[in-house]
Amino acid sequence: MISFASFPVPSQNETQGMTRHHPDVEDDIDMDEGFEEGFHRLTSPGEPLTSSQAFMRGHGTYIDNDEVISSVAGTVERVNKLISVRAVRSRYNPEVGDLVVGRITEVQPRRWKVDANSRQDAVLMLSSVNLPGGVQRRKLESDELQMRTFFEEGDLLVAEVQAFFADGAMSLHTRSLRYGKLRNGQLVTVPPALIRRLKSHFLSLPCGVDLILGLNGYIWASKHVKQSEQEGEEAFDAEAVYSNKNDDIDDATRLAISRVSNIIRILAAHFIPLTDTLLLDAYEWAVEQEGDVKDLLQADIGDAMIATIAARD
Amino acid sequence: MSSRVEILNDGGYRSDGRRQYELRDIDIDLSQQGTADGCCTITHGLTQVLVTVFGPKEAKMRSQTLHDRAVINVEMNVLPFSTGERRRRARADRRILELAATIKSTFEPVVQTTLYPRSQIDIFVQVLQQDGGLLHACINATTLALISAGIPMTDFVCAVSGGVHSTSPLLDLTTLEENDLPHMTVAVMPRTGKVTLVALETRLHVDRFADIFRLAGDAGQALHKEMKRAVKSRATRLVGAMETGMKPPMGGADAFERDVVMEDKMSF
Repeated sequence: MISFASFPVPSQNETQGMTRHHPDVEDDIDMDEGFEEGFHRLTSPGEPLTSSQAFMRGHGTYIDNDEVISSVAGTVERVNKLISVRAVRSRYNPEVGDLVVGRITEVQPRRWKVDANSRQDAVLMLSSVNLPGGVQRRKLESDELQMRTFFEEGDLLVAEVQAFFADGAMSLHTRSLRYGKLRNGQLVTVPPALIRRLKSHFLSLPCGVDLILGLNGYIWASKHVKQSEQEGEEAFDAEAVYSNKNDDIDDATRLAISRVSNIIRILAAHFIPLTDTLLLDAYEWAVEQEGDVKDLLQADIGDAMIATIAARD
Repeated sequence: MSSRVEILNDGGYRSDGRRQYELRDIDIDLSQQGTADGCCTITHGLTQVLVTVFGPKEAKMRSQTLHDRAVINVEMNVLPFSTGERRRRARADRRILELAATIKSTFEPVVQTTLYPRSQIDIFVQVLQQDGGLLHACINATTLALISAGIPMTDFVCAVSGGVHSTSPLLDLTTLEENDLPHMTVAVMPRTGKVTLVALETRLHVDRFADIFRLAGDAGQALHKEMKRAVKSRATRLVGAMETGMKPPMGGADAFERDVVMEDKMSF
């Protein structure tokens, strides 16, 4: 497992630039921040935000003594009278309709448990997957007995958040031909905050790599599959959908997949949200360098990449 | 107090050159470690502690799952090279287990566990170096690791140790001083001034208790400023980094069709 220090030790000039005030006057200087709408204000746990008489408390806050107090470190957000704090880094907070990539952790009666980087494992019911033999087919007892032929422990899948249970656990579904088991690729994990909600989370890069950006921070980078070869509605091919076998992947594609994965890792280590333009800029840069793909993970090369693509803005 | 080292000399200096109420140098590092959700390395004088937090995540131990709140699980590991004499401690060392239990009970009232039913929050404490004030370094590092993991807490928890030399109270003792003096650790929540932990393992005169207790409370407030500064500067950097990489995604209008057409028109 390769890991990065996301921010190297701050250089000397940065610490010098940080002004420090005498403890007696420090509070007065901090106080002059406004509370305008759309203005990012950072806060930390236990910091009073406003009066609870005039405002409502949202996520990341609590009320004590008629004051709305922050409970996480992050940016204060205000919508009319609702004050909430969004943590800078946290686990994935699911919403209905989100696209997630997950890994099966357990097979239970009529359901699978799926690790989706959330506070609890998600649930994938047998009734919310497409089974071989047509979409309209009824579930039989024999299906329950052979659940492992569809998804086994450790399998990766892409799904959509369907609903929530009373305790906040999410229920997934794969009732679309775009969802289902994943193969021909590699999983990259990034902090969930770095994945923005997009029109489509299925990207296909010109370098022959398909990306699935799960909102939970799991990203699947795989070999490009042509639209025409994707399973049609009529020809729902169970063999292909639930297959555990990879297709043939040529060396160039393998290289492209690992290059894209490494670029994503570097962007994540620098805490930069992923966008298609950024990825393409970085890919172009990485190809120009003509170095080995694994060299990208070296700190200096990664920093150089970030500097180059940030300058292209 | 029959030690060869002079704990507090006539000039009012301690063996390492500090004044009575002076704390040692604190260095806080909140950078990412591996796959942890939150982590913090605190270097407090010569004591160094690394805390990593994983969670809230699915509770793996079914029997311990609580249906109305999250379970906090603290595991502590004292590395053999952390002390002067190299010694491998068993994981199940009573003393280590007790420290872990202390940390757990310190944070249970502060972390808003009710927001995460049936989940588990794992806290792993690695002691890299120790030179007194082990418990308070662990607590401070755990606070910061929990905050960097985005886990909701009602307040910071700032801990500091205090002791007394004959009648003069001292703050933030080193191992040398801890061996000779009665000492205790106090953890405060700075906003309300509430105390979540008082640990006293030696005998301390009851008249001296109030002094140290009050001093440790004040020292907690000073520590809070330092910890808050570290959290804010880390948050500023992360938010700043997120904004630098922000460019509107390409193809604003035709992006709508993406779910249908897989071949994206993306030029370099």
